[in-house]
Amino acid sequence: MDVEILSRIQFALTVSFHYIYPPLSIGLGLIMVIFEASYLKTGNIEYERLARFWTKIFALTFGIGVATGIVMEFEFGTNWATYSRYVGDIFGSALAAEGIFAFALESGFLGILLFGWNRVSPRVHFIATLGVWFGSMFSAVWIVVANSWQQTPAGYHIVGEGLEARAEVTDFWAMVFNPSSVDRLSHVWIGSFLAGAFLIISVHAYYLLKNRHIEVSKRAFKIALVVALVASLSQLFTGHRSADGVAINQPAKLAAMEGHYDSLQAADMYIMGWVDHDNQEVTGIKIPNGLSFLIHQDFNEPVKGLNHFPKEDIPGQVNAVFQFYHIMVAIGMTLIGLTLLGAFLWWRGKLFDHKWYLQVMVAAVLLPQIANQAGWFAAEMGRQPWVVYGLLRTSDALSKVVTANQVIFSLVLFTAIYCLLFTLFVYLLNKKIKHGPDDSPMIDQRPKQKEMVEALNTHS
Amino acid sequence: MATFLGIDYATLWYLVVGAVFSGYAILDGFDLGAGAWHLFFKDEKSRRVALNAIGPVWDGNEVWLVIGGGALFAGFPIVYATVFSAMYIPFMLFLTFLIFRAISIEFRSKEPMKWWRNMWDVAYSLSSAFLAILLGVVLGNVLQGMPLDADMEFAGSWLEFINPYAIMVAVCTLAIFMMHGAIYLIMKTEGKQFDKMTRHVKEAMIFFIVSFAITTVYTLIYFPHLSDRFKETPVLFIVPLLAFLSIANIPRLIHKKKYNFAFFFSSLSIAMLLMVVAIELYPVIIISKGNPEFNITVYNGAASEKTLGIMLVIAAIGTPLVAAYTTFVFWTFRGKVQMDELSY
Repeated sequence: MDVEILSRIQFALTVSFHYIYPPLSIGLGLIMVIFEASYLKTGNIEYERLARFWTKIFALTFGIGVATGIVMEFEFGTNWATYSRYVGDIFGSALAAEGIFAFALESGFLGILLFGWNRVSPRVHFIATLGVWFGSMFSAVWIVVANSWQQTPAGYHIVGEGLEARAEVTDFWAMVFNPSSVDRLSHVWIGSFLAGAFLIISVHAYYLLKNRHIEVSKRAFKIALVVALVASLSQLFTGHRSADGVAINQPAKLAAMEGHYDSLQAADMYIMGWVDHDNQEVTGIKIPNGLSFLIHQDFNEPVKGLNHFPKEDIPGQVNAVFQFYHIMVAIGMTLIGLTLLGAFLWWRGKLFDHKWYLQVMVAAVLLPQIANQAGWFAAEMGRQPWVVYGLLRTSDALSKVVTANQVIFSLVLFTAIYCLLFTLFVYLLNKKIKHGPDDSPMIDQRPKQKEMVEALNTHS
Repeated sequence: MATFLGIDYATLWYLVVGAVFSGYAILDGFDLGAGAWHLFFKDEKSRRVALNAIGPVWDGNEVWLVIGGGALFAGFPIVYATVFSAMYIPFMLFLTFLIFRAISIEFRSKEPMKWWRNMWDVAYSLSSAFLAILLGVVLGNVLQGMPLDADMEFAGSWLEFINPYAIMVAVCTLAIFMMHGAIYLIMKTEGKQFDKMTRHVKEAMIFFIVSFAITTVYTLIYFPHLSDRFKETPVLFIVPLLAFLSIANIPRLIHKKKYNFAFFFSSLSIAMLLMVVAIELYPVIIISKGNPEFNITVYNGAASEKTLGIMLVIAAIGTPLVAAYTTFVFWTFRGKVQMDELSY
């Protein structure tokens, strides 16, 4: 195998493994903020128990997220040196801004979030939790800005030619707010809320099925369900906005997502299907001319197909892009269905009465994870053969001095470590869940805790 | 090129990157050093205390590496690309140890079995030591330069990174981090463990001073170009002089049992030594061995002036914020280690 495919496999492996964790940090962070805010407002100790319990799981996901995240920052230089030279001006500055504005905030307050329960007052602890959550949200801002610039470059000009060519910033804000960054950021944020909310729903549904920690679990389930409901419905909106953006800025990617070849034809929208790239045919269940309607609000308007573009400028794996995209959409719809069903049961006062619903929700934790991964695979494979859309080809972006053997060495290394890491993660997560929210925390030891509860009691 | 306070943007950014890496060396230096000492503690309690001494801060310390990497990528993309791809294997090993270290800290306390804890203790200690060594290897290679071609690409073999000088600098780095970490552990421990570390810190100081002296002599003999800058501008001699004074002050303060001051001076020594490195190299960042015309300098290796300007604004806004919450966290966990049910 050559260096290009090996480096692509290595990057895909390391980044998709990493991406299990940051969305969980963002999503869990949001709900932990809600738990702690509810505790501050009501003084109800149940909320604090929930916050403490989820902090422990948060610690696990955050730790692995950090350790696997630095890998990518280094890989740009080690495996994609030409890319780094080309985009350093832009991508580098987004990455540096992420480090200084987001990651420092997040990791700085993490110590207090994890170890400060008995050291600082509940109010200060809440601020620390908020700091960590904001940090994780800001992290997503800069990373998505950097990636969106690769999809829809803006605010730059090209200096030099051939090997010397590189992109330089002309307008920082145009670079930050490039045509796709806002839509994609909101899509990523909400995807992360879903990942966190569904983990919380899953764990507490499990407790309810096992008849353990009933009261806290009902409370947590309801809060997470509200977050999941709002998020899954908004995701439909941000997803649609993203697709509109792709239609305008990356028409070849859109065509690959729906396996649409003929530019003179209106385009179908598939529920599911299979693309035969050689014969340019898709077999599956479709809404005839659906894509035309979605993009142009007109069933008969033609959509640019893959044949419109030179062969060397379209994604190499059309069927894969198609499949990943459809998996994401199908899961998105399923999540809407599940949360609406929950809302309906809640309204009828029967949210916790149906065992099957709780069982489904235990398993549903995997769905947002799969959708997040599939969405990114569709986005990144759909961008091919470009690493920076229309400007720099992936095959030109490699490190010239790195050999295939070196990449094989690191690929084997990472595969082994990540297998071990994932096994340990699942084992420890399972153990923490089995253990459950601690029933005898040293809660009274917190500074100013008593005063706060008393003050609340006298007020109400 | 635009200037600020009479210094051009590229040089300013060179100073910023240098300052971030100094911050990283000082902060992660003590927790890597503490990690290297870990197996010297034999009983479970001391090991837990040692681990919890760095518990709430190691993650924040590592952030400085992320910022440093980003700052180098943004300010000097050519340097970043050339160095990282030239030293592919050491960087991959570095990442491996970084991951192992993080999970050792995280997973050790999660099971009570003795073999489990021992396994993670060994992983934690060895990865801490190897991280220090690999940082030294990179520094050693940057100091002596590497073969470059006209496109500012690395033109050597992949094994080039292993050489006597790199190993010498690596040993030196491990030694200074172990000294720094030992002083940190003294500040954080009590009783027998405290006594033990007050003995070990003396060994660490001797280890550092000997390895540092050998490396310095070797540098002066084999890499005379590194002292050119000082010969051109003799007033700069003040920097290495202050570095030596700062290093000499450490044994004195330890002897007087003023450990907080000793820690301050070991931090200062790390910063001063890196400043010496920065002066030795400037304006070159990566010396091209054999063909000085292919040197990568702060000018031909830098990002555009526009980006450097933007980044300086970002640094100016960000640095006080980072300093504020770093201080707040260290202040919250000041004093000796106190363990509770939340500890590792």
